Amino acid sequence: MTAFLHHFAYEFKTGLRNPSLLMINYLFPLGFFVMMGFVMTAINPLFQASMVPAMVIFAIVAATVLGMPGPLVEAREAGIFRSYKINGVPALSILAIPGLTTGFHALITAAIITLTAPLFFGAHAPVNVGALVGITLLTAFTCAALGMLISVISANSRATILWSQLIFLPSMLIGGLMMPLDVLPEAVRPFSALLPTSHAMQLFTGWAYNEPVIFNLPVSALVLALSGILALALSIYLFNWDTRNQIRRGHPLMALLALAPYVASMFLK
Amino acid sequence: MEDKVLLVKDFRKVYGDFVAVSGISFEVPRGEIFGLLGPNGAGKTSTLECLEGLRQPDGGTLDILGVNPAREPHKLRNLIGVQLQSSGLPPTMTAREAMRFFCAYHGVAPRDDLLERLGLQGKQDAQFQSLSTGQQRRLALALAVAHKPPVIFLDEPTAGLDVGSRAELHTLMQELRDEGLTILLATHDMAEAEKMTDRVAILLKGKIVATGSPTELTATGTGFTKVSVRTERAVLMDNHTAFPAVSQWVVREEYVIYWSTDPGPTVAAILAHLSAQDDRLIDLRVERPSLEERFLELTTG
Repeated sequence: MTAFLHHFAYEFKTGLRNPSLLMINYLFPLGFFVMMGFVMTAINPLFQASMVPAMVIFAIVAATVLGMPGPLVEAREAGIFRSYKINGVPALSILAIPGLTTGFHALITAAIITLTAPLFFGAHAPVNVGALVGITLLTAFTCAALGMLISVISANSRATILWSQLIFLPSMLIGGLMMPLDVLPEAVRPFSALLPTSHAMQLFTGWAYNEPVIFNLPVSALVLALSGILALALSIYLFNWDTRNQIRRGHPLMALLALAPYVASMFLK
Repeated sequence: MEDKVLLVKDFRKVYGDFVAVSGISFEVPRGEIFGLLGPNGAGKTSTLECLEGLRQPDGGTLDILGVNPAREPHKLRNLIGVQLQSSGLPPTMTAREAMRFFCAYHGVAPRDDLLERLGLQGKQDAQFQSLSTGQQRRLALALAVAHKPPVIFLDEPTAGLDVGSRAELHTLMQELRDEGLTILLATHDMAEAEKMTDRVAILLKGKIVATGSPTELTATGTGFTKVSVRTERAVLMDNHTAFPAVSQWVVREEYVIYWSTDPGPTVAAILAHLSAQDDRLIDLRVERPSLEERFLELTTG
C-alpha cells in the first residue's frame, strides 16, 4: 500500500511538473473551453445545451488519449521500465497508476468546466448530477484504458501520436462534441458509433439532461464499460517491459479487440 | 554452492541465428568484485540482463544465492541491486522521491543517509534531469544498494564521470566490498578493472577467453616486463651490448626501453654497465604489462 501511495503521489505530481502534461491536462482543455465559450456560443446558441458534456468529454479525451500514452512510451524507450522491473514494480502499477492519476487530473478539469460553464457562458446545467458524475467516471475509465492500450502497442513515440489522433480527430468531427449526432449525414451516423465520445455524449444527453437521444443508452453504457475492461485487460496482456526485448505475449493487432463493443453497437439499436 | 554467491554454468543466449553467448561458465564468491570485460558485442550485456532477470537464457544454469533469475523473479529482486548504464529514472523524479519510491517497492525504510554519503546532500529535492552525470550515477548507485542486497550489478558505473566523481565511486565500491557485498562489474575501462576487481573474465564473441585476477592475467601474456632507463650521459642509446633476458629494445625520447623475460638479471646488468661507463642513473622504471595491453593482445589476436 505504501508503494502504491508513493507511486500515485509521484505520478500525480508529474501531471503538474511535466510541462507537456500540464498543457494537455489543464491548459489545452481549459483554453479550448474558454474559446468555445466565447466563440461557439455566439455562433450557435444551441451549443449551450451540450457545452458542459462536450467540454468534459474533450478534457477527458485530451488528457487520457492524447496526453497519457506519450510519457509511458518514452519511459519504456528510456529503459525506465527495466529499472522498475528489477526493483519489483508490477506491470499493473506501471499502467494503472498513470491511468488513475491522469483520470484524476481530467476530473479536476471536468469539475472546473461543469461549475463555471453555466456561470460564464450560459451553458445548461445538468438536471441529474448523479448521472453526470457516473458517466464522467465511466468515460474517464474507458478513455484511460484506451490510452494505456495505445501506450502498450505503440512501437515508438511517433506511432503513439498516430494512434492517439486516430481516436481524437474523428471524435472531434463525428463524435458528437461539436455537433449533435442527429444532425450528422445519414451515411456518416453509423460510424459515429465506433467512437467512445459518441456513446458518452449520448449518455450525458439522455441521463444527465433528460434530452432525447438516438442511441440505446443501456447499450452505450455497456459498450463503454466493456471497451474499458477489454482495453485494460489487453494492455496488461500485451505489456512489454523493454523496447530492446521484443519477446512479448500476443500480437499488437489484438488491441483491435477493444473496439469490438463499438462495432457490435453499430448493429444494436 | 558453499560460499559462491553467483554461479554461471554453460550459459547460452541466442537472438535468432546470432549466438550472443556460447556456453560460458564462472563463479563469484561472497565479497568479491568480479569484472566482466569485453569489446562491444562480446556478450557482457546479455549475460548481465539474464542474471538480472530482464531476459530469458537459452541454455545453461544461472544461480544467484540459490535463486534462478528466470524462474523466480519475485525472490530475485531483494537479492540484487542494479545500477543500469542508462540510469533508468523518470526525468522529473527527485532524488528523495526516487529513494522513497524504490524502497517502498522493496519493503524497506528509505535510506536518506545514503544520499548524503554519496555527496547528494542539498540535491534531495532536485529532479533527476537537473542532476549532473556524476550525481545521476551516484543516485543510481544509492538506489541500487538502498535495500541492502547481497549482490550488486554495475554496468559501466563511471562512464562519463570526472576524475573526482570516479575516485569517489571507486572508494564506495571498495567500502561495499569490505562490507561483504558481491559486485559484478561490467566495464570497458581497463584501468578501473585492474584497480577495482579481484578477478575478471574477458569475453570475446560470446566466449570467455581468459579469466583470473588482473595480476594473473597480465602474467600469462607475452611474459615480457618493460624496463625503461634514463641516464645522465645517455650511454645506453649507443650501447649494442646484449643484456640478459632482453628480447628487444627501443629508444623513446630520453629513455631506452627494454622488453625482458627476466627483469632481475636485466636490471643488474644495466646498472653494472652504467657503473663501468661512469654514467649516472636518472630514472629507472620496471613495469608489468597492463591489463589493457593483455586485453588488446587477447581481443585483437
